[in-house]
Amino acid sequence: MKSLAELAAIRAKMIEQVNLRKDDKVDTRIVVGMATCGIAAGARPVMLGFVEELKRRGIENVTVAQTGCIGMCRLEPMVEVYVKDQEKVTYIHMTPEKVARVVNDHIVNGRPVDEYTIGAQG
Amino acid sequence: MMRELADNILDIAQNSISAGASLVEIGISVSHERDTVALVFKDDGRGMSPELVKTVAEPFTTTRKTRKVGLGLPLLKMTATMTGGDFSIESELGKGTTVSVSFGLSNIDRPPMGDAAGAFFTLVLLNPDIDFLFTYDYDGKQFVFDTRVIRETVDPLPLDHPEISAWIKDCLSQEITELHGGLFS
Repeated sequence: MKSLAELAAIRAKMIEQVNLRKDDKVDTRIVVGMATCGIAAGARPVMLGFVEELKRRGIENVTVAQTGCIGMCRLEPMVEVYVKDQEKVTYIHMTPEKVARVVNDHIVNGRPVDEYTIGAQG
Repeated sequence: MMRELADNILDIAQNSISAGASLVEIGISVSHERDTVALVFKDDGRGMSPELVKTVAEPFTTTRKTRKVGLGLPLLKMTATMTGGDFSIESELGKGTTVSVSFGLSNIDRPPMGDAAGAFFTLVLLNPDIDFLFTYDYDGKQFVFDTRVIRETVDPLPLDHPEISAWIKDCLSQEITELHGGLFS
C-alpha cells in the first residue's frame, strides 16, 4: 500500500486549512443518479469526472453526491445541479466528455448548458 | 446487463448501504487455475427474512415504494449463471447479509472486470461515514484496503476531504494495477 506516513503528512498539512475554511458554505450541489439504471448507463465515470474536474480547478464549495433512481431511466446518466437560490437544472445522457463544459459554463460561470438539459433533449 | 463487473460491484454494494450497514466487506478473487472470478459482499446491515431471501433475486421483488421492479441482483445472477458461475445469498435478520457470486473467467460472456479501483473509490467517496474492507486476491497475490485504518490515520478529517480522497484514489488504482500486472480485463 502507498505509505500511511504519506497520508499522515497530508493530514497534518490539511488540518490547519480545515480550521481556516470552517465558515465556508457549500452553495452548489451536483447530484448524480446512481441506482442500477444510472450505473448501467455509465454514471460512474460521469461522477468521477466531476470529482476530477472540480479538483483540477481547485473548486471547493461544491459537493458531488449521489441519489437513487430519479424515475426516468431511459434518460440516464442524469445529473442534477442545485445552485443556491436558483432553480434546479437537470442534465440527461451525461458522458465524461460533457463534464468539463458543465463545470466551466454552469458551475464556474453560472450559465447552464441548455443543449444538455432535459428541456432541450427530453 | 452491466458493461463491467465493476459496475455490478458498485450496484450491489448499494444494497448493503441501504440496509444500514456500518461495515461493508467486498472481496474479489481471480483464479486462472480454477478459471473463476468470484465476488463476495458481506455486510452488517439489517438482514433479510428467509422469505425475502428466497425471492430477492427475482426482478419483481424490491423494497422500493415507487415501482414494483428491482434489477440489481437479477442482473448479477443472470451474468453469473450465463458464464457458468454460481450465485448465493445468506442473510439473517439483525445480523447482515452475504452475497456470493462467481463467473467463468474464460467464458466469452463474462463482462470485463473494468475499473474496480474506480468502483471502490466511488463507494468510499459517496459514503464517507461507512467503513469498507476491500480485499482483492489475484492468483494468490493479495491487496487489502481497510477504510478503518485510513480513518484512524486521518482523524479528524473526513474520508471525502479532497486531499484525502485523492490519496485514496491513487492508492487504489496503483495497487490494483500492480496486482493485475497491467494485463487483466
